Amino acid sequence: MSTLIEAEHLKKYFQTPRGTLHAVDDVSFKIEEGTTMGLVGESGCGKSTLGRVLIHLHESTGGKILFEGQDITHLNKKGLNDLRDKAQIIFQDPYSSVDPRMSVSDIIKEPLILSKKYTKEQITEEANRIMDLVGVENRLRNSYPHELDGGRRQRVCIARALALNPKFIVCDEPVSALDVSIQAQVLNLLMDLQEQLNLTYLFVTHDLSVVQHISDHISVMYLGQMVETCKTSELFENQLHPYSKALLSAILSANIHNKKDRILLHGEIVSPIDPKPGCRFAARCQYATEKCNQPVELTEVTPGHCVACHRVREINDL
Amino acid sequence: MENKNLLLSVKDLQVKYQSGGVLVHAVNGVSFDLEKGKTFGLVGETGAGKTSIARAILRILPDYATRVCSGETFFEGVDLMKLSATEMQKYRGGKISMIFQDPMTALNPVQTVVNQIAEGLKTHEKITKAEARLRAIEMLETVGIPADRADEYPHQFSGGMKQRVVIAIALACNPELLIADEQTTALDVTIQAQVMDLIKSLRAKRNTSMIMITHDLGVIADVCDYVAVVYAGQIVEYGTLEDIYDRTAHPYMKGLFAALPEMNLDSDRLKPIEGMPADPTNLPDGCKFAPRCPYATEECRKREIDLKEVSAGHFCRCIKTESGV
Repeated sequence: MSTLIEAEHLKKYFQTPRGTLHAVDDVSFKIEEGTTMGLVGESGCGKSTLGRVLIHLHESTGGKILFEGQDITHLNKKGLNDLRDKAQIIFQDPYSSVDPRMSVSDIIKEPLILSKKYTKEQITEEANRIMDLVGVENRLRNSYPHELDGGRRQRVCIARALALNPKFIVCDEPVSALDVSIQAQVLNLLMDLQEQLNLTYLFVTHDLSVVQHISDHISVMYLGQMVETCKTSELFENQLHPYSKALLSAILSANIHNKKDRILLHGEIVSPIDPKPGCRFAARCQYATEKCNQPVELTEVTPGHCVACHRVREINDL
Repeated sequence: MENKNLLLSVKDLQVKYQSGGVLVHAVNGVSFDLEKGKTFGLVGETGAGKTSIARAILRILPDYATRVCSGETFFEGVDLMKLSATEMQKYRGGKISMIFQDPMTALNPVQTVVNQIAEGLKTHEKITKAEARLRAIEMLETVGIPADRADEYPHQFSGGMKQRVVIAIALACNPELLIADEQTTALDVTIQAQVMDLIKSLRAKRNTSMIMITHDLGVIADVCDYVAVVYAGQIVEYGTLEDIYDRTAHPYMKGLFAALPEMNLDSDRLKPIEGMPADPTNLPDGCKFAPRCPYATEECRKREIDLKEVSAGHFCRCIKTESGV
């Protein structure tokens, strides 16, 4: 397996009237081809921003992005067009991410038309093929988004993302606007497509049970930084960072015989505007001490398992 | 009243809306009882009619769209449906109050939070402005917001703190019945855990009865004593938490459990429920779930199915359990 996309010390800052907002702050990771990396964290922790920076929907402030080994941090217009063939995104809300005045087939055809690589006949043919692939019935091709329910609309969004045969797709909370019964249909579809087309996903979500199901690796983000990254099974069995522990213990299980003790966090999330150096979770962390005011880096604690915590060894008796 | 512990009794509740040119059958004959001190969960998918049930009890359905709102809702023996608007107002926010789904829109952006809590107190209790303010600040502290933030405006609070303000407003007048509509859906899991914990401790302290509306089966498992599963505006299964979770009877509820990622850890594929949720403007004849049900037969589509007792206190609306299969 080879690395498809890689980020090195990636940063994205936004200027706000109150100061510099550190949305993504020095994040490094790799995603292998054909695998899924889950990105979890609370709202406002920068997970969506990270996904968008990777595919140039936002320009990064610092650091490097490598796609198939090539540096794509800075792209001209042609480079950006080429990237759009290879990297796509599925947005969270299928209600607001499609143009209400375009029919289903027009939505799916648009990327094909813009790529200028297809003739008119080929475009129709391709659009029909993709609609079959994602399970949008052909009779719906002239329907408008408002006539479709949430699940079908999300299928249309998936079809649009797949139109140009991308290798990499950022899935930004693709199922969180959907009901449980429909959510399962869309997740199955995403997994089937990955298998058929050897797709690579960055799966951004706050729903830990979804991410457990779909991801090979998981990265946990807190206030713009990665605090823990490892294999999915490893995270659920043996999470090492205090924040990951609290996050996982807060999942409400639908199993009434499996009541866990919850780790309740106290205090609120601190502001990502001009954050102080040091561990950003310290204000809510029950293990925080003096030395947590020092900057902390993501380091490999056990093979393949990286954690950013000064006291990780003490807390976990390693 | 045969049962003196009975707090709320809803009988044959119907709600229909006019939307465009079509009639939306939101709630189609819902009946249930709630005892004092118990928590009752209403679970179902978007558009199943859960929120309409809650709003019908409080009589806060939108006037412009509501065409039918019928049935009986006995609260401590009084039929709320028959009260005049002024009489109803005494209950609303007083003995019965509601936590709304979205804390971002449930608060008034141009009022300080303390005034928003005091407003209900002044309406329902004979107290002075100063007393109301003091009580409101106490309420804020109960939900874990320091008193020195009382004179701030909603935009100065985070999502979790806003939701706590909404809870403080709902609890200010010591309601007998609290209706919580997806109160944690808009929140992150760690904040959700804090809010659930708060609700549980307040419930234990004041013996408040609750109706908890959610689509999250984890939230229901966490706090509810009784559960009703709502599909297409009807209760399709009703029973204790253990009845619903351990002895699931209705194919829809079985399907919902099977579709949860957490129940599918051993297999790669999830087991979705086929098809789409029932369209309330165009409901099928007979069993509303039949078009999606793997066990459906011709018989299911022919007639309305009744809610039948499958074991003591556990009801199910399905032809299969009706005949004891």
